[in-house]
Amino acid sequence: MMEGQRRILASVDDAAHRAGLSVGMTVTHAQSLVPELCVVNATPQEDEAALVRLAIWCIRYSPLVTPDPPDGVFIDVAGSAHLFQGEAALLADLCERLKAQGISAKAALSDTPGSAWGLARFGQTVLVSPGRASEAIASLPIAALRLAPSVIASLHEVGIERVAQLASKPRSSLHLRFGGDVLLRLDQALGSRQEALSSILPPELPRTELRFAEPIADPEDLKRVINKLSKALCIEMLSRGIGARRLDLVFLRVDNIAQSARIGLSRPYREPKHLVKLLADRLVVIDPGFGIEIASLTASWVEALAERQTIGAHLAEDGSQVDVSQLVDTLGVRLGSKNVYRLAPVESALPERAMRRVPALHATNGAAWPEHLPRPARLFVHPEKIEAIAAIPDHPPRFFIWRGIRHIVAKADGPERIHGEWWVDEKETQLVRDYYRVEAEDGTRYWLFRDAPTQDGGAWWLHGVGEA
Amino acid sequence: MAQASPPIPVAELRRWLERAERRGHAPGLLLPFGVGELDGHLPGGGLRLGHLHEVVEGGAAATYAGLATLFAAGIAARLHGPVLWCLRGRDLFAPALARVGLHPDRVIYCETWKDRDVLPAMEEGLRCKGLAAVIGEVTQLSLNASRRLQLCAEETGVTALVIRRWRNTKEKGLAGEPNAANSRWRVSPHPSNEEMEDMGRQQWRVELVRARGGEAREWIMGACDAKGYLALPAALAERSAAAEGAGYRRAG
Repeated sequence: MMEGQRRILASVDDAAHRAGLSVGMTVTHAQSLVPELCVVNATPQEDEAALVRLAIWCIRYSPLVTPDPPDGVFIDVAGSAHLFQGEAALLADLCERLKAQGISAKAALSDTPGSAWGLARFGQTVLVSPGRASEAIASLPIAALRLAPSVIASLHEVGIERVAQLASKPRSSLHLRFGGDVLLRLDQALGSRQEALSSILPPELPRTELRFAEPIADPEDLKRVINKLSKALCIEMLSRGIGARRLDLVFLRVDNIAQSARIGLSRPYREPKHLVKLLADRLVVIDPGFGIEIASLTASWVEALAERQTIGAHLAEDGSQVDVSQLVDTLGVRLGSKNVYRLAPVESALPERAMRRVPALHATNGAAWPEHLPRPARLFVHPEKIEAIAAIPDHPPRFFIWRGIRHIVAKADGPERIHGEWWVDEKETQLVRDYYRVEAEDGTRYWLFRDAPTQDGGAWWLHGVGEA
Repeated sequence: MAQASPPIPVAELRRWLERAERRGHAPGLLLPFGVGELDGHLPGGGLRLGHLHEVVEGGAAATYAGLATLFAAGIAARLHGPVLWCLRGRDLFAPALARVGLHPDRVIYCETWKDRDVLPAMEEGLRCKGLAAVIGEVTQLSLNASRRLQLCAEETGVTALVIRRWRNTKEKGLAGEPNAANSRWRVSPHPSNEEMEDMGRQQWRVELVRARGGEAREWIMGACDAKGYLALPAALAERSAAAEGAGYRRAG
């Protein structure tokens, strides 16, 4: 990069960093330190274009993404974190995927764009719980506030190094000495002044928009808006032969703050009625503030959807043809799509591994569990330790004590020996369990097991109740 | 004082009455249990579909409601169509449901942790015509909440089954509160036949605690079989015919 007459380093990679090179050094100086240095001319335009591409990719996490040249991207996840099982999981997913693409990135999630910016670059914390932003950035250097280098230098001159120091100074004198920018950036980081980010619009995606002459805020009005947007979007999708798998509803408020809600769909859809219902359910996350000026609805993930004859729910009689996808979506939006599922059999000796979750609309294959093995209706997530006495090793107990109550065994069946799956977990090489079905005197049936081998004094455990 | 409410037209009142009567007397669909003694006792000869039914469990492991779960699964198994199962925890063991005839392909689970989430999810399921049943695990079921479920069930004809769960005695007390369910069942374990050596089929004490238009009564029955059917134990049936026949009848 040229700065005046000097060539200076605009960016260094890991190896160069280890060799002691840093950004801002002159090329001559750098080459004197590392003679075999490979210097490539900086291409800021290309970098910026790449950043935009990266930002568009980030739309998978939220509809509100703003590239922040030269090296940052803001993602507003407030309305979409629920689709990723929460903020922590979203952040982990983001970092993992970037790493897999060979992009080294630092990410932080906080209440305000300003504090997240600082934390990602200077902080240790990556996930700040709501309302703790000011604490989290207090100890950061003032460079974390997005200030011009000259302002930072003059603040250093008067001994202000950390954000907390700056925040404790009287505001009027700060304003006089260092200009309004210092206060603006401080307020933006702490959240006392809101920051409007203009999010990028991905090209080529079906999108509809409504602008209002008068700002709207009434929930009923918002519903009407959703209705109108959905209808228009569905018409556009119909003409393109596609359906939405994901919808982003964005409201731009009069104060230029964008509010978004995102829904995921279990299969491509373009029936306005269904979409309206799902979107209306998510309206709770929208804070209209003083009113909304622009509303837009984008189908940010689309799939081909051919016309097909569906049997309407009102005509369905035979159970096999019932379309449950709308029910699955509605519940998925309300409870999180991970919480609506079917359980498919897994061939495993260990009962706790006998099933796995599959998406509710996953193709069925008719597989079930082996029918000859009696199993309890309730399996304890953690087996409960019990005291039991067996007359002879490898025999069912004569009685057992569970939660302080003694149960005398009237009938029993077993053992059913189960071996650990060492190919799944190395720790299970030694795992052997002897399961017994026992019936207590009052008729209650329990599913017990004993850690084998018994000569080691294998402990007894209660694993389930309620047998068919 | 406030102004008088506008008079309701007589025609409107008539329509209300008609609707109320239809709801009370409509024959509706029934699901027989396939056990003569049980079906003979139930008004209409079976479990009324498109209504709300409630199952509680008695006995030492009642907190886990394992038997109530199987009882409800057995009913769903004998119906056609998908089943929505609203969980309130993670202890359900699906292989046991398959053993009473409820195939895993038929069940959609929705996992929640609170009654506050279970009840709306159940309502949502009951609005989906074509489902066989919606089963929910619930601690507190207020009169209002049960009425809502009942209305949703009537609207679409989907049967609602509520399994009562509790963690402590205070919550257990809630299970006794009145609600709008069409019937209330209690399933408890019963010692199996001593003369038989092996475990065999488990015996249940099945109590019809309350039923609209019917009397309370209890039976000793064999647990649901692989198709979801209860059975009268042969030996017991003879005994009850001989000596205890009248003993089972209880005042409603």
